[in-house]
Amino acid sequence: MPKNKDLKKILVIGSGPIVIGQAAEFDYAGTQACQALKEEGLEVVLINSNPATIMTDTNMADKVYIEPINLEFVSQIIRQERPDGLLPTLGGQTGLNMAVELARAGILEQEGVKLLGTQLSAIERAEDRDQFRELMRELGQPVPESAIVTSVQEAVDFANEIGYPVIVRPAYTLGGTGGGIAQTEEELRETVESGIRYSPIGQCLIEKSIAGMKEIEYEVMRDANDNCIVVCNMENFDPVGVHTGDSIVVAPSQTLSDREYQMLRSASLKIIRALNIEGGCNVQFALDPHSYQYYVIEVNPRVSRSSALASKATGYPIAKMAAKIAIGYTLDEIVNPVTGQTYACFEPTLDYIVSKIPRWPFDKFVSANRKLGTQMKATGEVMAIGRTFEESIHKAVRSLEIGTHRLLLKGADEIEDQTLRTRLSKPDDERLFLVAEAFRRGWPLQEIQDLTRIDWWFLDKIERIVKFEDVIRREPGLTFETLRQAKRLGFTDRAIAELRREGQGAGAAHTTEADVREYRLQQGLKPVYKMVDTCAAEFEASTPYYYSTYETENEVLPSDKEKIVVLGSGPIRIGQGIEFDYSTVHAVWAIRNAGYEAVIINNNPETVSTDFNTSDRLYFEPLFFEDVMNVIEQEKPIGVIVQFGGQTAINLAGPLARAGVRILGTSLDSIDEAEDRKRFEALLRRLNIAQPKGTTVTSVDEAVGAARELGYPVLVRPSYVLGGRAMEIVYSDEELLAYMKEAVKINPEHPVLIDRYMLGKEIEIDAICDGETVLIPGIMEHIERAGVHSGDSIAVYPPQSLSEDIKKQAVDITIRIAKELKTVGLVNIQFVVWNDKVYVIEVNPRSSRTVPFLSKVTNVPMANLATRAILGEKLADLGYREGLWPEDEHVSVKVPVFSFAKLRRVDPTLTPEMKSTGEVMGRDRQFAKALYKGLLGANMKIPSSGSIIATVADKDKAEAVEILRGFYNLGYKLLATGGTAEALEKAGMRVTRVNKLSEASPNIVDLIRSGQAQFVVNTLTKGKTPERDGFRIRREAVENGVVCLTSLDTVRALLTMLESLRFSSEPMPVLQP
Amino acid sequence: MQARLLLEDGTLFTGLGFGAEGVSTGEVVFNTGITGYQEVLSDPSYCGQIVTMTFPLIGNYGINRDDFESIRPYIHGFVVRRHEPVPSNWRAQYTLDRLLKEYGIIGISDIDTRMLTRILRRHGTMKGILTTGSERVEELRERLDASPLLRDQVARTSTKQVFSSPGRGERIVLIDYGAKSGILRELTQRGCDVVVVPHNVTADEIRRLHPDGIQLSNGPGDPKDVPHAVETVRQLLGEYPIFGICLGHQIFALACGADTEKLKFGHRGGNHPVKELATGRCYITSQNHGYTVKEDSIQGTELTVTHINNNDKTIEGLKHNRYPAFSVQYHPEAAPGPFDSSYLFDQFLEMIRDHKRNNPERPRQAQLAETLRGELQYAQK
Repeated sequence: MPKNKDLKKILVIGSGPIVIGQAAEFDYAGTQACQALKEEGLEVVLINSNPATIMTDTNMADKVYIEPINLEFVSQIIRQERPDGLLPTLGGQTGLNMAVELARAGILEQEGVKLLGTQLSAIERAEDRDQFRELMRELGQPVPESAIVTSVQEAVDFANEIGYPVIVRPAYTLGGTGGGIAQTEEELRETVESGIRYSPIGQCLIEKSIAGMKEIEYEVMRDANDNCIVVCNMENFDPVGVHTGDSIVVAPSQTLSDREYQMLRSASLKIIRALNIEGGCNVQFALDPHSYQYYVIEVNPRVSRSSALASKATGYPIAKMAAKIAIGYTLDEIVNPVTGQTYACFEPTLDYIVSKIPRWPFDKFVSANRKLGTQMKATGEVMAIGRTFEESIHKAVRSLEIGTHRLLLKGADEIEDQTLRTRLSKPDDERLFLVAEAFRRGWPLQEIQDLTRIDWWFLDKIERIVKFEDVIRREPGLTFETLRQAKRLGFTDRAIAELRREGQGAGAAHTTEADVREYRLQQGLKPVYKMVDTCAAEFEASTPYYYSTYETENEVLPSDKEKIVVLGSGPIRIGQGIEFDYSTVHAVWAIRNAGYEAVIINNNPETVSTDFNTSDRLYFEPLFFEDVMNVIEQEKPIGVIVQFGGQTAINLAGPLARAGVRILGTSLDSIDEAEDRKRFEALLRRLNIAQPKGTTVTSVDEAVGAARELGYPVLVRPSYVLGGRAMEIVYSDEELLAYMKEAVKINPEHPVLIDRYMLGKEIEIDAICDGETVLIPGIMEHIERAGVHSGDSIAVYPPQSLSEDIKKQAVDITIRIAKELKTVGLVNIQFVVWNDKVYVIEVNPRSSRTVPFLSKVTNVPMANLATRAILGEKLADLGYREGLWPEDEHVSVKVPVFSFAKLRRVDPTLTPEMKSTGEVMGRDRQFAKALYKGLLGANMKIPSSGSIIATVADKDKAEAVEILRGFYNLGYKLLATGGTAEALEKAGMRVTRVNKLSEASPNIVDLIRSGQAQFVVNTLTKGKTPERDGFRIRREAVENGVVCLTSLDTVRALLTMLESLRFSSEPMPVLQP
Repeated sequence: MQARLLLEDGTLFTGLGFGAEGVSTGEVVFNTGITGYQEVLSDPSYCGQIVTMTFPLIGNYGINRDDFESIRPYIHGFVVRRHEPVPSNWRAQYTLDRLLKEYGIIGISDIDTRMLTRILRRHGTMKGILTTGSERVEELRERLDASPLLRDQVARTSTKQVFSSPGRGERIVLIDYGAKSGILRELTQRGCDVVVVPHNVTADEIRRLHPDGIQLSNGPGDPKDVPHAVETVRQLLGEYPIFGICLGHQIFALACGADTEKLKFGHRGGNHPVKELATGRCYITSQNHGYTVKEDSIQGTELTVTHINNNDKTIEGLKHNRYPAFSVQYHPEAAPGPFDSSYLFDQFLEMIRDHKRNNPERPRQAQLAETLRGELQYAQK
């Protein structure tokens, strides 16, 4: 059937900010969808609050709205734009929920907007637990025993009936927010209570636990003509019990016979047909490892995280196809873009094994609970492709960038047997490595299986890896055959060197990475590159999508064009998010426009950069020296660009340059000058630019001495880190010692930086330089003063409170630093303003987190210009002048978004350590309106009246009182504990005193729980252990969805906003006689 | 143990042997299914072929008693990227290695199977020789040249005896050209009373079984190698409802006057899209064939094309314009592969019932009386 002729204009809803459970995959999906719709000549209107996305580039849709995704704003856009259709299935759960809301509010009907892809009834049947179970019963599809509850008592009654453990799943929430497995009644009560709160309809499903079964997923597509296909199935390494987003996953399934495969395939098709979905759908099953018994766990009637993985794993672009289906195409008439000669109506077949490993934020959130369960905790993921499971998992492990490049975890050998046993049976993020450790200890496979319930097949492969390590260690001379086997099993040269060193002693042959590499090349052992082609080579394909393996035939065709390699930024983690992928994609486009071939290396399946359409060649490979070097040897590019791939790529610059690779853009020496503390200080001294006093120390004693000399408070952090990892403000010797002990490893190789902490306003600049001209698109002012990580601050463009002089100082410093560093490309500088003077805090000689935001609000295509500068063009020739770009009339605000609700035990206080996972933008003619939109977009509920609970540290009381007076005058009720209440009363305000945690119930936490406060204002008192009251108050607020503000600057901004948005009521002035 | 595979075009692959030892020749083909190696191994249609699996890990879930598609494998060799010696599945009873050893089939692993597939895709399927010995390459070459491809695969794989699988429903005579068990399974599941007969059955022999319908099975090789089978079907056309599958489809087409030809590298796998022309619906099908019905040979026959392959547009289904007879090139019995097309068996039974309604039999007793009268007259002469 040809496309639906009634559709001319389509509204696409994006997924909003990146949070745990909803990440870059929806930028990939949304971008594909927009492109697919535009290809068909349709007018596309897009709404997404997330500026760090490719999809919100103005060339992606005819009209782009970066506005909050809520009923108010989306309805307004619908009324304004009058689209014919609404496509909500590519915007994750956010998009789907929005569609439901719009439909229920009658907006769609009122405005005559057709819901495309999935009908409201299907969304409800798949998402509403009750209706879902009813549907499964109709279809004869088994589901675990369960009950829908709306109260804790109902849950307890039901659990008593079916027995523990039970799984709690709140209805309509993202990534399993608020859910979990309950072993006891107490746990059940706690989980259900928060689950009901998180569920927008106050509903939870209590389900018999089927933990331990195999978890299998199917990605299914269907068109209006009822053609159905399975794109891919996947098998979880971790059995049921761990959220699929937190599981290691392989594609295709490995331990299912054809009968089991087809049984679940048929079930998936039956479900998608019954739901009448036109587009993509994801079905999750639990399969008993000892029979044909299976259960349907979940159905997602939309494109999901798994769809992005399946798309990259197979080459089949699910989101694009889903968009075409939504406008009336059928699968049999859409050409398969991979082969260009077959059609989309077929099932991809793989001739490789894909492994996905989640990337968790526990390296940043040391205090977080690392246990994995039904609530997702990972921020990102890596994917790797190999011809054996061993090769594939090895590649995935080294893509993670967690300090290991094989199945070895530092310190695992010191874990006691009993602890190891416990950790194997209760999965956490390190279990893969612990399984390897258990094999190293010679534990029998059966025992490990009993503990982990991981399928025998996977365990056997890990055991094989461990056993082969021994072969490498023990073989007297490293033979060609062993080396070849090792490479085919995915061992790196570095791993082989390490193992040889362990087995043969440091002096023996082949005990360094370089030596192994040389020996390997001498032996002619080089990887070949195979194509991902959806069809296992049955048809000729033209996709330039490759992975490496050690086999015979290399499929990469030589090309005569000059090539440039761009390094991606790997998995999404806190501090290195989608913003870097945004810049990477723009760099690739600029390179292609300039007539070169752009080659990209990356391993993140969620992103636009790993869409094979983005570059001329995509190498889905680890960003590990050896793998990158292999690609470079294959492609022989004129150079490599490292400045768009975040710290991941920057860290590779040194090793690559030493191996003779040309680094394009800012030189390695300049990168080093900006990153090396000593050299950087020298640079600033040379330029006579001020920076907060500081020093580098290499021992604890030195640290204490330095801190005393600088004067507390001081800012401490390890050198060479990203996103302020392990950065803290400490106020005393005691705190400093504690920090040195817990947070960092200090030695001459790992120095620690100590700076005087200046409590001033932070500003940030991104600049582009071609070596001659420095273009500054804009200055961003942070609402929160220094001490809150820049990524966690609300940033405002153009600055609202900076004097012309301060701006001039900052611009001047930026120009001088950029020139001195001979910057070619982007540079990011962070400043603190202290007593009307601008100090430099940090210089990042690369693309930064703020590039997409700033590009969008200033309309300066920053990554594009930077790339062109790198390729030799001059900014002057492109029509740009040195200095600050004229400021925009609109005000734009970038608001960070956090995922605290998903991470138990993490303190929501804003600190120098970055904690946010994503961002949204608010833009309007006035600051207050822009901020309002930004906060709304960040899902902050901002009632114009209500109660505020305040409990602030002594040092903040004076400041807090003044701010709170503003709220008081607006009519907010103030609730406060002891000291804070006293201070407020003294200032003449009426306050309701609230009991502290240590006092009798009802205390402050009870109030938060019962929903009696709209905001909690809490500033940090010393000591950050979870026992502290403040911590519990903040956590309670987060878990109850109450806005929790920990920086008085944010509170002040909020007040300013409320004051200017509200009509104030004032009595008439009394007539003076 | 080293094993080697030499192709007709001179390409030599060296890998590791598993399964049996020795030397074997055959037509080298590839199958793109990810699961289902046990069904592939035991599908008689692969008789005489050296089968390459494109999915690299084979043997993962072992071998079980249930998933055989015939009593024994007929393949001449098995090629995989990695043979998995430690299976994991609750039904696994023994390993792939043991199965191959028991039936004297040579396996080769650890070669670049994707490269092999690409060669076959470009040059078409070709002869190959597989060895675990240490013969010189020239020697292998000579042996390869001296070994013609089989032409008697149907005789090798078809049942030698008539046997029945009783049921209370329609009587179906299943002509076995090398049938997969799946066909019998689908028919018996629907309550049919199935009589399985050898490939060289005559039309009269079938008539004597008084079938309600005739099922032509799949089977190995070139349909033109079994002219006797074509002749039998030709004689039965119009007399009984007929449903042909795979080789049975080709034999049906030849019997109706159409022609067949060899495909470059065939269709083997479980992901082939087939379009039903009447509805525009697409089905994902299981396929295994090296020959196809020539498109331009349909003109002038009484056949209508009902299904085509959505990728290369080759003929996938036919029906007779006057008689109750139809056929498909693919495998509605699945195993391995999707079950999307099993409805075709229902369609066949529906056709049989329609045929009966339109051609009401005279009451048995009257028929019998007539026969008896005839016999009496004969005896009196």
